Amino acid sequence: MKAIDVLDGGMMTTVQDLGRFGYQRYGVPTSGALDQFALRAANRLVGNPEGAAALEMTAIGPRLRFLAPATIALTGADLQARIDGQALARWESAAVEAGATLSFDGPQDGIRGYLAVAGGIDVPPVLGSRSTYTRSKLGGLDGRPLKAGDTLDVGGERPALLGGTLRLPEAERPVYGHAHELRVVLGPQDDRFTARGIETFLSSEYRVSPQSDRMGCRLTGPTIEHLRGPDIVSDGIPFGAVQVSGDGAPIVLLADRGTAGGYTKIATVIGPDLPRLAQAAPGDTVRFTRVDLDQAYAAVREQERRLASIAPAGPAPDRARLLKVAAAVAAVSARLR
Amino acid sequence: MAGEARYLAAGEAALVVEFGDAIDPAINRRVRELCLAVDRDTPEGVRDLVPTYRSLLVAYDPRVTTFDALRARLAGLEAGLAHTPAPPPRVVEIPTAYGGEFGPDLAFVAEHNGLTPDDVVAIHAGTDYLVYMMGFSPGFTYLGGMSERIAAPRLKTPRTACPAGSVGIAQQQTGIYPVESPGGWQLIGRTPVSLFDPSRRPPVVVEAGDSIRFAPVSLDEYARIQDAIRRGAWTLRVREKTA
Repeated sequence: MKAIDVLDGGMMTTVQDLGRFGYQRYGVPTSGALDQFALRAANRLVGNPEGAAALEMTAIGPRLRFLAPATIALTGADLQARIDGQALARWESAAVEAGATLSFDGPQDGIRGYLAVAGGIDVPPVLGSRSTYTRSKLGGLDGRPLKAGDTLDVGGERPALLGGTLRLPEAERPVYGHAHELRVVLGPQDDRFTARGIETFLSSEYRVSPQSDRMGCRLTGPTIEHLRGPDIVSDGIPFGAVQVSGDGAPIVLLADRGTAGGYTKIATVIGPDLPRLAQAAPGDTVRFTRVDLDQAYAAVREQERRLASIAPAGPAPDRARLLKVAAAVAAVSARLR
Repeated sequence: MAGEARYLAAGEAALVVEFGDAIDPAINRRVRELCLAVDRDTPEGVRDLVPTYRSLLVAYDPRVTTFDALRARLAGLEAGLAHTPAPPPRVVEIPTAYGGEFGPDLAFVAEHNGLTPDDVVAIHAGTDYLVYMMGFSPGFTYLGGMSERIAAPRLKTPRTACPAGSVGIAQQQTGIYPVESPGGWQLIGRTPVSLFDPSRRPPVVVEAGDSIRFAPVSLDEYARIQDAIRRGAWTLRVREKTA
């Protein structure tokens, strides 16, 4: 059903889910949310399955009008959201009324915000996913970013109305900032770099280039030395691969990356740290720290724990305090009678 | 033949089984065989497979499995390949109208190599091309086996749009543009067959490990095939690869 009118598309607002799997062998990139933690959290907060389609909003958010009452949640970057002019908190569910307008003042922390709506954004799945891949005009809303005049449908399967607000506890919320420490597992082609090249990679500060996009995060900084050139016979590229081409500068390949490529990959950023990169703005700094696989799996478990901490808002009701309030109310009403 | 496969971590959610570091049909055959084996008997936690010239990337869910567990399972599948040979690869015939409006660079390719346009067509359509892998863009095939006698440099100024189905040559490579895209290949012909259609299952007509054979057709035949495809009344000609 028609649920949201797009009054302004914003800078780059696309429909994304967790990605398109099973077709990389045919050259179809996975796409999907760049910040998968934020997408999963947003869906959980509104009672959707984790992989439901939501909106990924980049830096300058859209302006949206809700045509029907909805339960929504904003996660990821702080783009300074407002509902009818009132500030709207992130990382917790909120009820909005029919006719309400959602707008954004601009990025305050991070650059990619996520908006989930109970029921999920309903566009036709393409090859099993609703994610938008703009380069090939696949998925999402006609394979392109949202623009003024679009209308979005929300899935018919409305989740049960939530009793109250769900929230991610304050302590579990990411703060992005402008200096990003990323953990990496070395390989698969770390043996194609000199010891000095690896040392440079792990000890230098790199800067996010403005030429970064959903395909990759380009970095500038000290040149990483190859052992015998940057070319390999083409090889598959995972989400987070750190590719070093002939100019010796690293690029971290993201959701819209090509499925395979012919440049050496020195390392792979671990999944739980990819959201930081998704939130890195041009000019931010990046440092890489080496971890082993066991440490990476521990980080995955830690991220799952954080997601699982989503719970109804407010401290557990204090029985003694409630009784005192009830007694006071009873006393007042007795006096009024 | 090629030696032991190498298992390399590609982060905590993917691993690479590397069979070699060369463009070689024997290495590529092992990639295809393991890929098919994993398709038949998929270990728990595997999310996706990316077969390439010489390696298989296996993406997995680290909440479900680990590098060590998956390596053990894949090594088992690899060892079993000797007893369960993969089905023979297919040769898919791609009807192609050469020259004219569809192949504006055919004359250049001929001249560049001191051949006639008919020679170029005969050479190009006279051999099977192995699909080593797909990538670059959805449905694009990396083909091996083109004769050096029809090699030609890329265009100095790439075209802003090459129509879907365009068949081109760039250096020692030949390929087909699956969807309309900009490009610098010398265009020698065009096929009415759609190489990538997301509404089809699978969305492609050839897969890694198959071969392509270009079959010259006249403009009339091209139009007839195109019409039959639109009506859903056309089937690709496919044969098993022998030898």
